[in-house]
Amino acid sequence: MNRRCFFKNTLAPAFAAVLSLISFQAMADEKVVKVGVLHSLSGTMAISETVLKDTALMTFDEINAKGGVMGYKIEPVVVDPASNWPLFAEKARQLLTQDKVAVVFGCWTSVSRKSVLPVFEELNGLLFYPVQYEGEELSKNVFYTGAAPNQQAIPAVEYLMSKEGGGAKRFFLLGTDYVYPRTTNKILRAFLHAKGVADKDIAEVYTPFGHTDYQTIVGNIKEFAAGGKTAVISTINGDSNVPFYKELGNQGLKATDVPVVAFSVGEEELRGVDTKPLVGHLAAWNYFMSLKNPTNDAFKKEWAAYAKAKNLSSASKPLTDDPMEATYIGIHMWKQAVEKAKSFDTDKVIAAMAGQQFKAPSGFVAEMDMKNHHLHKPVFVGEIKADGQFTVVWKSKGPVKAQPWSPFIPGNDKKKDEPEGKTKL
Amino acid sequence: MRARRGMTPARGARSIRALLIIVLGVLLSVAARPAAALDAALVDTLIFGESDDKPAVVDALVQSGDPKAQRLLEALSNGSVQTSGKRVLIVNGDSAIDAVSGETVSPLPADLEDVVVNNRLRLELGTAVAALKLGSLDRDARLAAAKELADGADQSMLPLVKRALEKESDAAVRRVLERIEASLDLKATDKDVRLAAVRRLGESSDASAKTLLLGLLERNAAGEYAEPDEEVRRLAQQGVRAVDSRLAWGERVGLLFAGISLGSILLLAALGLAITYGLMGVINMAHGELIMIGAYATYVVQSVFKARFPGHFDAYLVLAVPVAFIVSACVGMILERAVIRFLYGGPLETLLATWGISLTLIQGVRTLFGAQNVQVENPSFMSGGIQLMSNVVLPWNRIVIIFFALAVLAGMGLLLSRTRLGLFVRGVTQNRAMAACVGVPTRRVDTWAFGLGSGIAGLAGCALSQIGNVGPELGQSYIVDSFMVVVLGGVGQLAGTVYAAIGLGFGNKILESWSGAVLAKIAVLIFIIVFIQKRPQGLFALKGRAVDA
Repeated sequence: MNRRCFFKNTLAPAFAAVLSLISFQAMADEKVVKVGVLHSLSGTMAISETVLKDTALMTFDEINAKGGVMGYKIEPVVVDPASNWPLFAEKARQLLTQDKVAVVFGCWTSVSRKSVLPVFEELNGLLFYPVQYEGEELSKNVFYTGAAPNQQAIPAVEYLMSKEGGGAKRFFLLGTDYVYPRTTNKILRAFLHAKGVADKDIAEVYTPFGHTDYQTIVGNIKEFAAGGKTAVISTINGDSNVPFYKELGNQGLKATDVPVVAFSVGEEELRGVDTKPLVGHLAAWNYFMSLKNPTNDAFKKEWAAYAKAKNLSSASKPLTDDPMEATYIGIHMWKQAVEKAKSFDTDKVIAAMAGQQFKAPSGFVAEMDMKNHHLHKPVFVGEIKADGQFTVVWKSKGPVKAQPWSPFIPGNDKKKDEPEGKTKL
Repeated sequence: MRARRGMTPARGARSIRALLIIVLGVLLSVAARPAAALDAALVDTLIFGESDDKPAVVDALVQSGDPKAQRLLEALSNGSVQTSGKRVLIVNGDSAIDAVSGETVSPLPADLEDVVVNNRLRLELGTAVAALKLGSLDRDARLAAAKELADGADQSMLPLVKRALEKESDAAVRRVLERIEASLDLKATDKDVRLAAVRRLGESSDASAKTLLLGLLERNAAGEYAEPDEEVRRLAQQGVRAVDSRLAWGERVGLLFAGISLGSILLLAALGLAITYGLMGVINMAHGELIMIGAYATYVVQSVFKARFPGHFDAYLVLAVPVAFIVSACVGMILERAVIRFLYGGPLETLLATWGISLTLIQGVRTLFGAQNVQVENPSFMSGGIQLMSNVVLPWNRIVIIFFALAVLAGMGLLLSRTRLGLFVRGVTQNRAMAACVGVPTRRVDTWAFGLGSGIAGLAGCALSQIGNVGPELGQSYIVDSFMVVVLGGVGQLAGTVYAAIGLGFGNKILESWSGAVLAKIAVLIFIIVFIQKRPQGLFALKGRAVDA
């Protein structure tokens, strides 16, 4: 055979094999653990979820700089399910089977979480879910670092009914049409009945995802408010919040007349809105950017520096909100659990998560409950200020234990406060 | 609305004291006072004290008649009060004034903290400041003060209101003050006074009047009515019904406006499609993306103005309109020349090709601008609204868009009927072969017409950027609605598109007020499907044109 043939058939493959052996050796020297990030980076939920992806990446960098998890460097695998719920399940399966990630941090809407839940349970994966939700779920494979209804919705409505909050007698429940607002409103209706509010004083209205025309709805709110002191409880999710608040401002619905408390609106969702006509409207969370304590100052500084270094679009005005704090807490607790269990194995990490503690930017020590996969979190009710930040007008005395099975739904008293199928450490 | 308070003895004594305080405050606020320091203990309670003690302090500060008190209360409700340790400062830009002594403090201390003002305190402050302002010489200030008082009117203010009514000459301010007087008279001990007040409230068209009358008919836990007298209750019941019927008119006006507004938006979105679909039978699935490109063009113009000409920010919209038109028209013409002209006569092929182009455009915009929404701020003349009736506020941005849609419609109509290009477009629509025979450059007309349709889509995008979110998927939300309007209206004539757009706008809004937004959309879609079965050519089919199979 001639020289060219020899090169093509023998030398080149041999050379390639040697090269790959060398690089394989180099890779094997560095211990790496793959971690999944499952947040919508496009579509109607991108407004809320993109910062969670960036917060996760920032936390991974912070952990890697201090030596990684048990000496392993975290390698993030970021996917974009594009606000498409079936795609969430596909991407989750891809992360668990193809990329073989040790844990996934992701989801915002409850419908996305419900879509991926069967995948995680089938493949025994691990999901950390950082967003406030409606409860009524307790899976062994999920850790819920966001608020359950008794850590957000119920205290907020109690505040609205109190003298301080305006003494509301009628309630307009407005939400996006999917499981979270529907279930939360079911719980709130039962709660309001228990407090003596009649059905004629409760209105329930739903709009589809991405809805932008709130004219008639704001008109209906005004009409409803003529019957007595009214408060609006908003579970609108995604970028529909922007036209809703714009319409409120344009139609002159002031917070002193009809206060609107939102459960899915934080500093990030208010970024695109003129907040001057919205002063006095409220939100309930377990963390606000305006909280003054050293842990929060450090957190905000770290985020601002990260946004600037990565040239994020939010770098000119870096904002932090509750789901970002919950993502941060969740990742750190996972790291602590892995180091306690000395393993990345899902069941061992799940058992080691019980009782984990972490000094949170909310100023309190966040503690993972021993049994029910939820955090003990403080509750804050904040009013919108003209600059888009929140002033805290009410806060709980200390961290509140989560009740994932709400006592206001009949039959829940029979449910266990612990997911099925857990192994003991 | 503040909850009604019962007249317990303690409350009665407090009311008399508060009444004296406020009357005195109004009298004194008119006279000039020498500059003395505010009572530091009062200010301390107001800023740092318990929430339940604050209303009394607000009253006391009003009583003092000190202009510094008025300044502090106004600053507190504006949110410009901050504290430095135990010192209370009114901050104005770079300098501050000490609230107690009145002396200037500059430079600002480093440890400034905000003062928490919740809705309850804000209501008290608003009422107090309004009471102080009722004696102002400026008519607009008095009107604003009267409206503010109406929200938090208290029994103790009745003499004050009566006195202000005696002096007041302006009709609008009188109306508001009379309503406050009627609402306070509802709690008078004399039955005739109450009857007169109920009668007066029954003549009002305000939602707050209804709330007050309903308050009389409330029953407490023991089953007793709040209003003891039967005759007053009966009159109140009639009054509620009368106010309700007047309010219902307001709701109808609001619904009408909402329907017209939605119709104008659908019209803008569908007009461009009517030209391309009507003229060439091209099913352009990229039409939504042309709308989106117009919206992004507006965003770019807005960013340029924000960076270079912040002083003239409001003018960006005027420039954005032609820019959006030109950019979308250019993109449309490129599309036509490069892709669509090779696919005429094959509607399925154009559908597929244009759908592929729409995906490309979406991804292109995502790459250029990012996958998230971009923020387009309304210019200041588009914020807020006009208060037509007591419960109807028409937002400015929607009013401007309605007029804009009419202007675009008129412009298009003129272009099609009076210009040479319009003549050619109409000719080619009606009979392409004959038009070519008489010398009309059909291929060039195709390109121009497609550009025109795309340009109008760009204008629609410019309008949509003012009321909704601007993101790469903006077009996807409007493509279905645009096709529904065009198919319902029939191709070849503008009139069909106009009627279909207005009709769908109204239908959607009326159904929404009955059954909610989700069901309304479903119902409208089902209606169109059924309609098209019965009348496939739409509302206004061009006479003499065979319907393509």
